Amino acid sequence: MGKLTFSMGGVHPHDSKFARERAIEELPLPQTVYVSMAQHLGAPAKPVVAVGDKVKVGQVLAEPGGFISAFIHSPASGTVKSIAPRKDLAGNPVMHVEIAVEGDEWDPAIDRSTDLVTAIPEDKAAILDRIKACGVVGLGGATFPAHVKLNPAPGKVAECLIINGAECEPFLTSDYRIMVERPKEIVIGAAIMQKVLGGCKCVIGIEENKPEAIASMGAAVAELGYPGITVQPLKKRYPQGGEKQLIDAVMKRQVKSGGLPIDVGAVVQNVATSLAVYEAVQKNKPLITNVLTITGDKMPVERQHNYLFRIGVPLSFIVEHAGGIPDDAAKLISGGPMMGKAISNLDAATVKGSSSVLYLSEAATRRHPETNCIRCGKCADACPMGLEPFLLNRLYKAADLEALEKNAAQDCIECGCCLYSCPAHLPLLDNIRQAKGQVMGVIRARAAAAKAAAEAAKK
Amino acid sequence: MTQTIIWTVAILTVLGLLLALILFWVARKFKVEEDPRIDEVEKVMPGANCGGCGFAGCRAFADAAVKATNLDNQYCPVGGDDVMQKVASILGFTVAKKAPQVAVVRCNGTCANRPRTNEYDGVQSCRVKAALYSGDTGCSYGCLGCGDCVAACQFGALSMNPETGLPVVDEEKCTACGACTKACPKHIIELRAKGPRGMREFVSCVNKDKGPVAKKACAAACIGCGLCAKTCQHGAITVTDNVAYIDFTKCKLCRECEAVCPTGAIHGVNFPKELDKEAVKKRIADRKAKAAEAAKAAAEATAAAAKPAEKKEVANG
Repeated sequence: MGKLTFSMGGVHPHDSKFARERAIEELPLPQTVYVSMAQHLGAPAKPVVAVGDKVKVGQVLAEPGGFISAFIHSPASGTVKSIAPRKDLAGNPVMHVEIAVEGDEWDPAIDRSTDLVTAIPEDKAAILDRIKACGVVGLGGATFPAHVKLNPAPGKVAECLIINGAECEPFLTSDYRIMVERPKEIVIGAAIMQKVLGGCKCVIGIEENKPEAIASMGAAVAELGYPGITVQPLKKRYPQGGEKQLIDAVMKRQVKSGGLPIDVGAVVQNVATSLAVYEAVQKNKPLITNVLTITGDKMPVERQHNYLFRIGVPLSFIVEHAGGIPDDAAKLISGGPMMGKAISNLDAATVKGSSSVLYLSEAATRRHPETNCIRCGKCADACPMGLEPFLLNRLYKAADLEALEKNAAQDCIECGCCLYSCPAHLPLLDNIRQAKGQVMGVIRARAAAAKAAAEAAKK
Repeated sequence: MTQTIIWTVAILTVLGLLLALILFWVARKFKVEEDPRIDEVEKVMPGANCGGCGFAGCRAFADAAVKATNLDNQYCPVGGDDVMQKVASILGFTVAKKAPQVAVVRCNGTCANRPRTNEYDGVQSCRVKAALYSGDTGCSYGCLGCGDCVAACQFGALSMNPETGLPVVDEEKCTACGACTKACPKHIIELRAKGPRGMREFVSCVNKDKGPVAKKACAAACIGCGLCAKTCQHGAITVTDNVAYIDFTKCKLCRECEAVCPTGAIHGVNFPKELDKEAVKKRIADRKAKAAEAAKAAAEATAAAAKPAEKKEVANG
């Protein structure tokens, strides 16, 4: 089978997957965990516990606060100490449930054995309910609630389920490690989602720089023998793991501006999500653990780790456990170097979408002084969405919202390829992100006005 | 030769007359009736086209003023009362005088008061910075220091003080157009009454964190203790969400709040004399003691008055 890739744009940063040979280790529990109520896309969850309550591991802490929202479960057993705003990664106050950890008592309904459960339940609605009740969200970065994505609107048919094992962000190795260590669970998770979507075909896309993962996943697919699942090697190119890029690579179809993947018959889920779906449906285990990579550009490999952590453990605890911040680290990033967010508050708690703590040295992270645009067009070549970043940058500065919308600023996926490729070091992404926010505001306001007008007309 | 000249002149003359007729007809047919007062009003406007009045520019303001039935909803902050008086006289309206306003920066998180907790090396734009995170200090409400307000000011009234890292308003140049208040993503700049001879009192903090948190992040933060609100005799101060606010329409500039504020979050500017905190505190203490005495005396008086009444009742009974 040939290697596939998406049709336009993209860049080739060094993959820097230094922590790839570090097997997953289980992180111990700290004395206190802080569970954020806004760790998924959509409305924040509403706490259902009160201060002083005793909770067990896996007990529901909060229920969805809207249609696009998710359940949140306790990652530890102990007493609820407080329910109060606490600063998140970026220093902004977010509601957190604080739990003083006492022992490690699990909810008895959770199957904690390591036995593989290969028989998939028949009832689709029951599977979806279980995925929702276990608070599974997309773990590829966007943390979109999985049960919403796996339940396409009426009239929309999924033709292909794409399991995203691209892990195109440099440095990150958490997806790689689970593909090597737990391939069978991932494949069963994929088969479950395949069933929910009505038995469409399923493609597991993995970049070529992870041959061990391709081999282990291929072996698991062959051994388990579910019909219609294939492993597809992909060329190494960033942002291959972007939802729309992956659909383009695997299905040769492009999602139109403002459209959803299901419009072209695709549903994309990350390998980690697939594992979470397996644990939810087959083991009744809610999403309370995830794998996170500790890595850096100037770090010895023996200091790098892949940790299985309980969601809600403070980042500072993980950093301490891994031996503290290295001396030459200038910047700490949560996520990959391309799309991750700088950590300004190390006391912040981990969330469902936490995928790494990345230490970058001064040389790797320092911004260069910006100079004038030389109209070389490298950003337009690099943009995987076919946008013209230099033009959007100029329109943003001129505050021309109409032209920004016409030039599809709202389609930007914030992958950072333009900024990465710009020889003049212009802050293209920073400005386009602002422009995108403004245009989205205009579009939303227009939609709300249209809805109000339609309702008024009905009356 | 003569023939050619005659023909040329004749043709051009006829053509000119014909075109003149067409132009005359078009001008009559498509004449736009415009109130001449719009031009007159526009002439007295400052012509900055800053948009501070809420209209697209001075002409849009003039247009709206001519169409309006009164000038209650329109005010040119740049021109102030003078210009509004002129506009009113052209249009035959009357306008009430409005107190002149000035932009006030409500953050005192200087480099000394508010230690940096991390280093920001991104784009020097407050809007971009605010979208990324809460800022490079422990305070997530205060000035981000990238100068979006300075860029927004068309009158050169704002500048960044490199020592404090905060914007400074030049009161002479500030026209209170409000562009900076809109440009600031943290909404720390407010238009306040300029006050008599520029004297005014304000809380230079918008931090809504609880006292200890706010204090830890910034030495000059308002901790929401409410001392100022308790001291104020004019009901000008309210404390909501752990931060005090002085209503400039009620403030009598007695400076008592400034004297009692434990963190120095309340600022008084342009006062002729420096504030003698101890004297003001003594004044407050004396007043309180007097009030307590008076209350005591009043209580005794009522008690004394109640006793004979009781006796009377007994006598009657």
